[in-house]
Amino acid sequence: MLPLIGIAVLVLGFAVRLNPLAVIVAAALTSGLLAGMAPLAVIAHLGKAFNDSRYVTVAFVAVPVIGLLERHGLQARARMRISQLATATTGRLLILYLGLRQITAALGLIALGGHVQMVRPMLAPMAEGAAQARLGVLPQPVLSLIRAHAAATDNVGVMFGEDIFIALSSILLIKGFLHLEGVEVAPLQLSMWAIPSAIAAFLIHGARLAWLDKRLERLAAESADAERQAGS
Amino acid sequence: MIGVGAVYAVAGLMFAAFAVLTLRDPAHPKRYRRSAFWALLGLSFLAGDRLGDLGDGLVVLGLAGLAAFGGLGLGRPQTTTPAERLEGAKRWGDRLFWLALIIPAVALAGTLGFKALHVGASPLVDPKQASVIALALGVVVALVVAMLILRPPLSAPLQEGRRLADLVGWALVLPQMLAALGAVFALAGVGASVGHLVSAVLPSNSPAAAVIAYTVGMAAFTFVMGNAFAAFPVMTAGVGLPLIVHKFGGDPAIMGALGMLSGFCGTLLTPMAANFNIVPTTLLELSDRWAVIKAQAPTALLMLIVNTALMYALVFRF
Repeated sequence: MLPLIGIAVLVLGFAVRLNPLAVIVAAALTSGLLAGMAPLAVIAHLGKAFNDSRYVTVAFVAVPVIGLLERHGLQARARMRISQLATATTGRLLILYLGLRQITAALGLIALGGHVQMVRPMLAPMAEGAAQARLGVLPQPVLSLIRAHAAATDNVGVMFGEDIFIALSSILLIKGFLHLEGVEVAPLQLSMWAIPSAIAAFLIHGARLAWLDKRLERLAAESADAERQAGS
Repeated sequence: MIGVGAVYAVAGLMFAAFAVLTLRDPAHPKRYRRSAFWALLGLSFLAGDRLGDLGDGLVVLGLAGLAAFGGLGLGRPQTTTPAERLEGAKRWGDRLFWLALIIPAVALAGTLGFKALHVGASPLVDPKQASVIALALGVVVALVVAMLILRPPLSAPLQEGRRLADLVGWALVLPQMLAALGAVFALAGVGASVGHLVSAVLPSNSPAAAVIAYTVGMAAFTFVMGNAFAAFPVMTAGVGLPLIVHKFGGDPAIMGALGMLSGFCGTLLTPMAANFNIVPTTLLELSDRWAVIKAQAPTALLMLIVNTALMYALVFRF
């Protein structure tokens, strides 16, 4: 039970807002030492695992391209394009993206979205642009809310889409683990039983996005009121 | 055979270039610390396999130390003004979208198409790493095409890349660091301890209680570990298989699929899933680190209820 104290270190360190990288090192040292490893051995294990996990950071090799396109006006173009569509609202745009992200992820096309390549350069500016074309200039907290919802929609879409794709790592993990425990399941069965949740996720998150449009209207009206009062 | 090592070399060179550019930027508020941070990361990507485990561990300590004590500062390399960007948007038009879409297009084509490429009998590209290699190839192709069409100064991609990377800051290595922590936790037996704990306190007499313990346990353990993949073996060995499948006769495929999706609800709620929840707050320049989690929390909690209800309704019926 002693290694569990490492989890306590982690939760506590995050709660008092120490730098997360330092908290992680402290939690790893705590768990490793309490499990009876030598200090240098824990550091070596952490180093080996860090080195073996480098693929996690590889998505950031896209930043020079994304930065270069931003320099030439990619985000401005995204805002411009969406404001030309009279029927576009933030909620409708994000609902459309949610559906596309779920469907493409279900087909295994996970690389089509993501925060570095899609949300920052295109989806978030479009979501902002749609709101500004309809509601006028919006204060920073409202823009931040819109951006957060763009990122959240990408996350919900990929998580409740990818489990339908039979060759995905999570399906293979479920199958592999159950196989080790002597229980056989077919990948197709696993992906089939993920479909009801995917539909529910689309309905629930889609309804929230439709409601986001109403909320943005209200926030825009409030900020316009506040401005008028400040002006008079 | 082209392996993932080639991709790491590209990334390593990029981080090394960030280190050099930062060092040569006198306007950077903390240029030595920030430069050392990128240099260490570049070293890890270029030579991580040759440093030895302890050497890699010291790199980790160095990265954490630089981030924790004194901070890294934010570089502001010269870029275009909002007015210039508006001008650029009008001038380049939708070509900007097509350039951006080269990355996912090549990534897809590579993931699907690399299998067909062979040199003699061996595959040209390591099939296990096809998607990562295809992504890097997409970046290189997009960069070359963009440079040819847009004709910016040669230093522009690296300076603009440094601008974005500085914005993300230490959060850039947070997902990788958490993955490493998960591995150390596994070695230290944390998962097994949680499994014992859960099965010790669990009410084992009702199917509904077993389903709730399993789905909520998946979400909660994922919340702590930041990864549903780490929670699945522990919760399934501790609760799912012994109770839902063996004792109450539930269907293992339904249990597994909905159990994993319950874990994903935890992923949507936790700062530990940094690549989903923390990295975008830095990329989108949000001051609240919890902003993305707040935006998805209602969906996550409702979906946990839905998954639990679906499992209870279906798992004992098929």
